[in-house]
Amino acid sequence: MSAHASHAPNRSGLWDYLTTVDHKKIAILYLIAGGIFFLAGGLEALLIRLQLMYPEIELVGAKTFNELITMHGTTMIFLAVMPIIFALMNAIVPLQIGARDVAFPFVNALGFWLFFFGGVLLNTSWFLGGAPDAGWTSYTTLALNQYSGIGVDFYVLGLQIAGLGTLIGGINFLVTIINMRAPGMTFMRMPMFTWSSFITSGLILFAFPAITVGLVLLMFDRLFGGNFFNPDAGGNVVIWEHLFWIFGHPEVYILILPAFGIISEVVSTFSRKRLFGYSSMVFATALIGFLGFMVWAHHMFTTGLGAIANTLFGLATMLIAVPTGIKIFNWLLTMWGGQIRFPTANLFAVGFIPTFTIGGMTGVMLAVPPADYQYHDSYFVVAHFHYVIVGGLVFGLFAGLYYWWPKMFGKMLNETIGKWNFWTFFIGFHLTFFPQHFLGLMGMPRRVFTYLKDQNLDMGNFISTIGAFGMTIGTILFLINVVVAAKSSKRAPADPWDGRSLEWAIPSPPPEYNFVQTPLVRGLDALWVEKMAGNKGMTPAEPIGDIHMPSPSFLPFLMSLGLFVAGYGFIYHNYVVVVIGLLLTLGCMFTRSVKDDPGYHIHEDELEEKGVKA
Amino acid sequence: MKGWQQYWRQFSLFALLALVLTGCGKDELSALKPSGPVAAMQFDLMKLSSAIMIGVFIVVMAIFTYVLIRYRKRPGQQGIPKQVEGNHALEILWTVIPFLLLIIMAIPTVTTGFALHKEYPKEEAVQVKVTAHQFWWEFEYPDLGVATAQDLVLPVGKKVQFVLSASDVKHAFWIPALGGKIDTNPGQENKLWLQADKTGIYYGKCAELCGASHALMDFKVEVKEQADFDTWVANMKGVQAKEPVTATSPLAAEGQQIFDKSCLGCHAVAGKGGKMGPNLTNFADRERVAGIKAHTPQNIAEWLKDPQKMKPGNKMPNLNLEENQVKALVEYMETLSVSEKK
Ligand code: HEM
Ligand SMILES: [Cu+2]
Repeated sequence: MSAHASHAPNRSGLWDYLTTVDHKKIAILYLIAGGIFFLAGGLEALLIRLQLMYPEIELVGAKTFNELITMHGTTMIFLAVMPIIFALMNAIVPLQIGARDVAFPFVNALGFWLFFFGGVLLNTSWFLGGAPDAGWTSYTTLALNQYSGIGVDFYVLGLQIAGLGTLIGGINFLVTIINMRAPGMTFMRMPMFTWSSFITSGLILFAFPAITVGLVLLMFDRLFGGNFFNPDAGGNVVIWEHLFWIFGHPEVYILILPAFGIISEVVSTFSRKRLFGYSSMVFATALIGFLGFMVWAHHMFTTGLGAIANTLFGLATMLIAVPTGIKIFNWLLTMWGGQIRFPTANLFAVGFIPTFTIGGMTGVMLAVPPADYQYHDSYFVVAHFHYVIVGGLVFGLFAGLYYWWPKMFGKMLNETIGKWNFWTFFIGFHLTFFPQHFLGLMGMPRRVFTYLKDQNLDMGNFISTIGAFGMTIGTILFLINVVVAAKSSKRAPADPWDGRSLEWAIPSPPPEYNFVQTPLVRGLDALWVEKMAGNKGMTPAEPIGDIHMPSPSFLPFLMSLGLFVAGYGFIYHNYVVVVIGLLLTLGCMFTRSVKDDPGYHIHEDELEEKGVKA
Repeated sequence: MKGWQQYWRQFSLFALLALVLTGCGKDELSALKPSGPVAAMQFDLMKLSSAIMIGVFIVVMAIFTYVLIRYRKRPGQQGIPKQVEGNHALEILWTVIPFLLLIIMAIPTVTTGFALHKEYPKEEAVQVKVTAHQFWWEFEYPDLGVATAQDLVLPVGKKVQFVLSASDVKHAFWIPALGGKIDTNPGQENKLWLQADKTGIYYGKCAELCGASHALMDFKVEVKEQADFDTWVANMKGVQAKEPVTATSPLAAEGQQIFDKSCLGCHAVAGKGGKMGPNLTNFADRERVAGIKAHTPQNIAEWLKDPQKMKPGNKMPNLNLEENQVKALVEYMETLSVSEKK
């Protein structure tokens, strides 16, 4: 290949996706993989709920149940919602800032493949001797060899590999947002989704190293008898909890901030108003991100840290309610005085507001340590965090998917199915999780595979299981909708919702170079500003010319495959396999370092032809 | 779109559900039915914080409902809504008000927090050492010189100072009706005080995932009048100082033989035996078998025949007993009482 090839190597189908470095295709990869893991996690949830439908039934055994809750929690957090967030970030953030690409396309692809292989590794545990069963928090000593099986090794290595992918993905977005903004796109003109992606990426940068360290220590304990967490040999079990939650608490904000961003975009677009209190929204997001790091010990009030620590962490946690409240009132005031339309995207966004408010309220209640001694590790907590992660985040993701689907795939999702999707999911959600608050207060601990007959816990559990069916139906309707959209021949317009930000200024789906000419940004809601000025589109900031593109590469796939193979080597203590895997990875890194690959150009006369194909 | 109407219908459904659910809840188990000062203080905090939060929720929902009804896009609506940048007065308002509400919550949080973390010396409180095991509870009264398992016995109206730890993995000690909860960390000690204001039986739970039978790691708290408690202690002490008494009936004697041979390695009775499993000195007085099943001969027999069936993953092996051996053992075990007779 010549140094300056003028054509993209002709790739198609599967090979195209295995080698792509295009952020829009990587977005689709993230969406598909995350979607599949979401279905797996959902199936696990359904089995959990079926087991708890009636007292003292035997559907899955005690051990399998613990595997189910562990895999459900781990899968949902790390392998389902995280990647779907990354899907939307990849698909939308570069467009919103007027960029042709992300800062490190190769790293972006590597991030995906690491996540993917980590997730696959973790899930193969189901077929290779049992899934992890120590909870998604894997508290030691339960997670040590003496008390749990090989599944926890899959947990440790799978999450380590997937976590690396997330970390480098986050770094890529930090650099992209700092460096790749179009002329005029100042920080205080960035759309809220970009802002929240930016802050989320910052949180990833600081939070993931903590879990990486924790997982390395746990791996040493399990594989090499490290005794970091083994009290019989002088280890300390509480250290694991700290490491886990120093990561784990920010992780919750890593998840929810992008949802806040999505809600801000959707609510504002469908009210036809700019976001109320934009600067306070930015400030609140940053503050939530910061406070998110200060409060990890609120997961450990019952661990025995003492009155002073508990009180300080409790009060710090309560403070988060202030910026969160600012956000909720700002959304309400964004709608105030608007012309609100209710397509499915906005139904999810509007349904988000009361639901998330409830989750936030129970969050403040949990921040009162003496009361938390009653709530902690009970079903009250299960209700709380599902109100936040499902009622907040998953509603937000649905809103985002309905909103941006046309942009990503060039097809509109069906509105009738969409509304059914919303209502079944919404009602199912509240039926599932609302009664759980009371179950917890009535004495039901979490992570129990059964409960006894004479404890008045039957009705709440029964209602909860019925609700889970509602959510299942909602999810299936979404899948049907995706198929219907894919089959339909109608193409989505560039700007179906009368949008305000830059992604709506280019065709749906966008061509591989995004913007023919980098746009000139003249205010917040860049496209809306031009619309109001009576312009048909964005003013270009540069003349038309050749566009430089990075070349596709198979190396990210191979590099991740190497770690995947090495992972099995570690799990089965076969160090030949470890060496083979690591050599593959290092070899790819070496190749990447020495091989000169300057990419290729798309010529002026070829522009407007290429579109992303899903 | 008439989404908001549907929303309200749902909302009233949930309100109803909430009422129904709060109505039940078992006295012996529910954190909503406090039976002692700790649980009562915690319940007060729950009420205060939920009242404030429900207040906030009502305000949010009022604005929310108004906005959704008032500002829906109507057919034929013309023009573009006014683009409002923000409003400093309002934004400050909803920064300051939540802040004030938090201060209202913060004050009792701090005072109660410190009150719950007091430690009471043996002059003021019964001292109980709790050790959590997969999947059973061990209770020692170091100052009284007695030890028991599964059923915790306490005097009414008196502070109890617990010192808690675990022998294997992390568990958590929780008696919702008396107050919540503290983890038992292997290799460390935690403290917790509780007090029961009414006699009776309360349900205790393990609240931290601890392995397969975590869900079944229940225990009972038997709260007695002070005099009854003293008698119990005296009886326990008397029995635990001695060798196991010889059984009364021939069948029980046969049971005792099997017990001495196969069970004493792990279980103590009176002054003899191991500490691997629960102390069985007062087994016949217990409320439950294995902490979960009703105390009946059938359930005892079922446990002996296959301990893994009732509590998967527990550390008691299957002794492969024959039917008549089980019968003899049950007969013997039902004599293991320190009270007059149940
Ligand atoms: C399909 C709807 C869902 C249902 C019906 C559901 C149900 C459940 C249930 C019953 C539990 C076990 C509670 C316990 O006994 O401790 C659980 C745990 C959990 N769920 Fe979900 N869930 C759903 C969706 C989600 C989603 C979307 C997420 C995250 C994004 C999530 C995150 C978690 C976590 C972190 C745990 C804790 C696991 C552990 O204890 O180790 N769930 N869920
Ligand atoms: Cu336990």
